[in-house]
Amino acid sequence: MAARTTPTTIAVRVRGLSDRAIAWLFITPTIALLLAINIFPLIWAVYLSFTNFRANRPNAEVEGVGLRNYQRVLNDPDIWIAMQTTAHFVFWTILLQTVIGFALAYLIDRKFRSHAFWTTVILIPMMLSPAVVGNFWRFLYQPQIGLFNYIVSFFTGIPPSSFEMLGSVSLAPWAIIIVDTWMWTPYVMLICLAGLRSIPDYIYEAAEVDRASAWRQFWSITVPMALPFIMLAVLFRGIENFKMFDMVMLLTGGGPGSTTEVASITLKREAFESWLTGRSSAFAIILFVAVFSLANIYVKALNKVKQR
Amino acid sequence: MSSVNTTAHSVVEPTPRVKRIAGAIVILYALVTMIPLAWIFLTSVKSPPDSISYPPKIVFTPTLEGYCNLFTTRTRQTPDYIQSLPAPTGTCDEITRNRNMVIAGPSNYWPRFGNSLVIAFGSTFLAVSLGTLAAYGFSRFRVPLADDLLFFILSTRMMPPIAVAIPIYLMYRQFGLSDTALGMILLYTAVNVSLAVWLLKGFIDEIPREYEEAAMIDGYTRLQAFWKVVLPQATTGIAATAIFCLIFAWNEYAFAVLLTSGSAQTAPPFIPTIIGEGGQDWPAVAAGTTIFLVPILVFTIILRKQLLRGITFGAVRK
Repeated sequence: MAARTTPTTIAVRVRGLSDRAIAWLFITPTIALLLAINIFPLIWAVYLSFTNFRANRPNAEVEGVGLRNYQRVLNDPDIWIAMQTTAHFVFWTILLQTVIGFALAYLIDRKFRSHAFWTTVILIPMMLSPAVVGNFWRFLYQPQIGLFNYIVSFFTGIPPSSFEMLGSVSLAPWAIIIVDTWMWTPYVMLICLAGLRSIPDYIYEAAEVDRASAWRQFWSITVPMALPFIMLAVLFRGIENFKMFDMVMLLTGGGPGSTTEVASITLKREAFESWLTGRSSAFAIILFVAVFSLANIYVKALNKVKQR
Repeated sequence: MSSVNTTAHSVVEPTPRVKRIAGAIVILYALVTMIPLAWIFLTSVKSPPDSISYPPKIVFTPTLEGYCNLFTTRTRQTPDYIQSLPAPTGTCDEITRNRNMVIAGPSNYWPRFGNSLVIAFGSTFLAVSLGTLAAYGFSRFRVPLADDLLFFILSTRMMPPIAVAIPIYLMYRQFGLSDTALGMILLYTAVNVSLAVWLLKGFIDEIPREYEEAAMIDGYTRLQAFWKVVLPQATTGIAATAIFCLIFAWNEYAFAVLLTSGSAQTAPPFIPTIIGEGGQDWPAVAAGTTIFLVPILVFTIILRKQLLRGITFGAVRK
């Protein structure tokens, strides 16, 4: 084998660039761009997080403050409330989206007539711009004129102007959860559908021969076999919703009060309204480390499930 | 399908009744999910009073007023002044005058829409070009630390946009890139290239190496083989990747709102700022949203088969 391949490699080297040179030539531009626009800013953010720099006063003296920014962020009750709000938001959206998404995928997998068409229809919301759609949902949520309150009152009899989805402290988080679920359930559904389609028919046939009940088949075959896919969907949704910004910004802007102020909104406020660049950088780094380590731990668990 | 002929009844094929029930529930969900989108379109062809009437109007006289308001800026005038003007020159002019207003000039919507087009297509072109090269490099050559590099490329997507926005904002201010289309193109390229590399690596991995090897035995160099054999084979994958990048850049809001304010602003930060006389001018907002969403609807239909790969970075194949 080796004796045969050697002459070709030499021939290639003579006629053009060596494979090694091409590999680097092809890969370097991408790596360079990522270094310039992702890694360099990240390193800069790390540097800024140790200083008292403020972006609105570029000429002021910059002083190193050690770990003070980190200390302040970690001791700031507001930031912990924002983290709790984020966790609440991530938990409910993932729960709802997984349950509804999986149920839809399960139904679509029954392959009823025209299922391909309706699947495409269901997928539309997740392709849209969260900001643009979020802005329009603000209109749907208007208590006096909005369609949402009208539909709710039509079915429940609650007077439409008696509740304000975006203005009420208890309802505003749910207003966001509803829009996020509307938008991203199709995402989970699509991944679950791929999981269900990957289960070979013969397993069900074998279960049928063993007279396993439909309920038993569902819990012993369908769910475990689709689990890696469900977990992948949860991973991607989790990362996305942890850093969710656009939809929340347009729907409530963090309000009323700070009831819907998720981490990204706090970060935006600290960095671009209070101009506490150093402190907000420290917060950004903490967030990134948190997502990165959680995602890593999760991927390890995912791989274990896959190998079963 | 084939089992229908061989066995009387396949045990795993759902019964017609199950199919009907499943179909009914899914169709009901799809219809409910479409209500907000239908409402956007309906609102865009309503007059402003109709759009905010209660109960919400489903039957109304359609008008192009929303679109007219979207494309122009208007000023309120006295009826006497409007009487004194020459006859209206177009439909839009006529609609506007009925509300005691005159057209002051074109609005900023088309320039913003144009920015969206330039930035989305520019960054897509760059991301796909760079991504194709890198994906080929990772797919065909033994790159040292390839797995680490690929993971590094993926991990750049985990950062909240706001977290890197601060230093990017400072960096762009330094280099004069803030509020320029070029700055946004570079930024979106960097965000999209991770997806492009991962997706395209999957597509290129599926093209047999033998094709290039055969070409190289015929006297092509590696680069010629890449250009003349691999690229044509990867066209479908490249097209699908391009549409995913396009959709991301088209829909992006966080970077756009923080880093652009005027001349390079894209449509997503602009649409929420369309203000009428009493707060947001909802028919105009709906009109802007409708126009903005149309390309995405088309792409969704084109993409439906590749969708799964694109949204999972190719981690799941269909």
